[in-house]
Amino acid sequence: MEKFVKHTGSALPLRRSNVDTDQIIPAVYLKRVTRSGFEDGLFAAWRSDPEFVLNKSEYSSATILVAGVDFGTGSSREHAVWALQNYGFKVVISSRFADIFRGNSLKGGLLTVILEQSDVEAIWLAIEADPTTQISVDLESRSVSYNAISLGFAIDDYTRWRLMEGLDDIGLTVKNSASIDTFEKSRAGYKPATLPIRG
Amino acid sequence: MAITLAQKIWAEHVVRAASGEPDLLYVDLHLIHEVTSPQAFDGLRLANRTVRRPDLTIATEDHNVPTLNIDKPIADPVSKLQVDTLRANCAQFGVRIHSLGDKDQGIVHVVGPQLGLTQPGMTIVCGDSHTSTHGAFGALAFGIGTSEVEHVLATQTLPLARPKTMAINVEGTLAPGVTSKDIILAIIAKIGTGGGQGYVIEYRGSAIRALSMESRMTVCNMSIEAGARAGLIAPDQRTFDYIAGKPHAPEDFDAAVAYWKTLFSDKDAKFDVEVNLNADELEPFVTWGTNPAQGAPLNSNVPNPADIKDDEARGAAERALVYMGLTAGTPLKKIAIDTVFLGSCTNGRIEDLRAAAEVVKGKKIASTLRMLVVPGSARVRLEAEAEGLDKVFIDAGAEWRNAGCSMCLGMNPDQLAVGERSASTSNRNFEGRQGKGGRTHLVSPLVAAATALRGTLSSPADL
Repeated sequence: MEKFVKHTGSALPLRRSNVDTDQIIPAVYLKRVTRSGFEDGLFAAWRSDPEFVLNKSEYSSATILVAGVDFGTGSSREHAVWALQNYGFKVVISSRFADIFRGNSLKGGLLTVILEQSDVEAIWLAIEADPTTQISVDLESRSVSYNAISLGFAIDDYTRWRLMEGLDDIGLTVKNSASIDTFEKSRAGYKPATLPIRG
Repeated sequence: MAITLAQKIWAEHVVRAASGEPDLLYVDLHLIHEVTSPQAFDGLRLANRTVRRPDLTIATEDHNVPTLNIDKPIADPVSKLQVDTLRANCAQFGVRIHSLGDKDQGIVHVVGPQLGLTQPGMTIVCGDSHTSTHGAFGALAFGIGTSEVEHVLATQTLPLARPKTMAINVEGTLAPGVTSKDIILAIIAKIGTGGGQGYVIEYRGSAIRALSMESRMTVCNMSIEAGARAGLIAPDQRTFDYIAGKPHAPEDFDAAVAYWKTLFSDKDAKFDVEVNLNADELEPFVTWGTNPAQGAPLNSNVPNPADIKDDEARGAAERALVYMGLTAGTPLKKIAIDTVFLGSCTNGRIEDLRAAAEVVKGKKIASTLRMLVVPGSARVRLEAEAEGLDKVFIDAGAEWRNAGCSMCLGMNPDQLAVGERSASTSNRNFEGRQGKGGRTHLVSPLVAAATALRGTLSSPADL
């Protein structure tokens, strides 16, 4: 995974709440067996409207998505994270993310930043007034800054460290295989197994 | 210390705990399907890893498969490739799979319980957010993304932060015609789509205890629509009886039951949040908007956004009414429906089909609509056919299909057309969920059946 330390870029205002993962990428786009190429499905239904913010030329180089509350609800599809990344987004800012989406994003290196709703609204106003406004998201100092404003955000130490080092979660767990071996020896015999097939 | 059921199950599965790190949690059962697994298997191959416990893993084909002509090759080449990829991956890594045409094929959350693989006290994961369904057995079950699917395949564990716990107490008695679907839709309307975010919900109270296992699954299934990754119900005699005799029921059943009987929240356990709901007051409930919290009693009217105080909720309601093509103040019962969908991991089990069949038996569905009946699994379909339910539905004018997720997410050919309006027993009324431009009203199987007969949103009491 690519390391994430700091990202600076322009931002796109998505003034909608409850953007579920079906909106981020509809199910018909989930048939691919690869991790790439999902950008064509990003917000597919809304993109057919020329007035949709993603279609506006002034936001075409945005790498930070600033969304309404409850972003990423619904389906667990990690394709939603891939679609955002494949399209070019590095960061999503919202006042609340759905649990599974947030987990997926932080596994895959798409930084999801939680700010107060009032701060999100202030950023919307700033980037609508000037779409070239540069926003810096610094994971090291856990801060978002633009113009003369600097806002802190919370992220747990472990996830921050893993993102800053670009570490693979599975590799970290494999280092603890001995604990897994020990745990498995103590599992109760009545726990079900899928193999051999019974009945 | 007094702890909750979710905390108990969690504690029993911690492989490794270290300060400043997430707990490493052991996974007892990993369910997989064609849509969220191909990239995970690819990851294993790239890193030269194997599936650590194929004997705790099981696959089925559900999201993408057709519900017609299942004896022929899948017509859509992209869908076919995804299903073929799952079959090849399972063959390569030694994972048990139930493919289209197999009697144990079906929606992954219907298959686990019917095989008896879903048992109390387990940790169960799947690359699907409705994995919360299995919580009905007193298991800690939740949806994961594809990176996590790969993690579980490789290590049979997941690093996870400890969730908070929420109790939802539903006391009282449901009136006739009111179902578990109405309970969960009312809960979601009350706490919102983000209300359960960060929590595991435990559903408690006399109205929950009185539910059948399949009705409990309906409640737990939609925990995710309230924002909670997992929802569970303490197991009881009804749970044990349901598992007894299933293919994977424990061989030492008494030992298992002795353990299962320890699975409850301690009397003095403290939940981070408690929510109360009075079952006596519940009515059939339907959604009018584009998120599952936008619901109301069937006997009420489409709400007026101007009456909503919260800015965010008002804006969302205004947008939803435009998308849904509805006018504030319209009685919900006057809304004409084009398609009735009976099925999904929420309401595609045998009890759901029986309940709907009871309503439509000997009658004809309205000439203005179509009704799709999609059993949750091939076994449910066979069971229904043995009881003659297929004939009841076909005689009423409905279509009797093969098992799969079908129109719940419109990934296979079963989709709504632009502007088409459904009454659906599924779980999500998102914009375009059942097909681009489609409009979804979430309902119980009883409301679905009555709606099919009358042509407008209705309950059996209206017949």
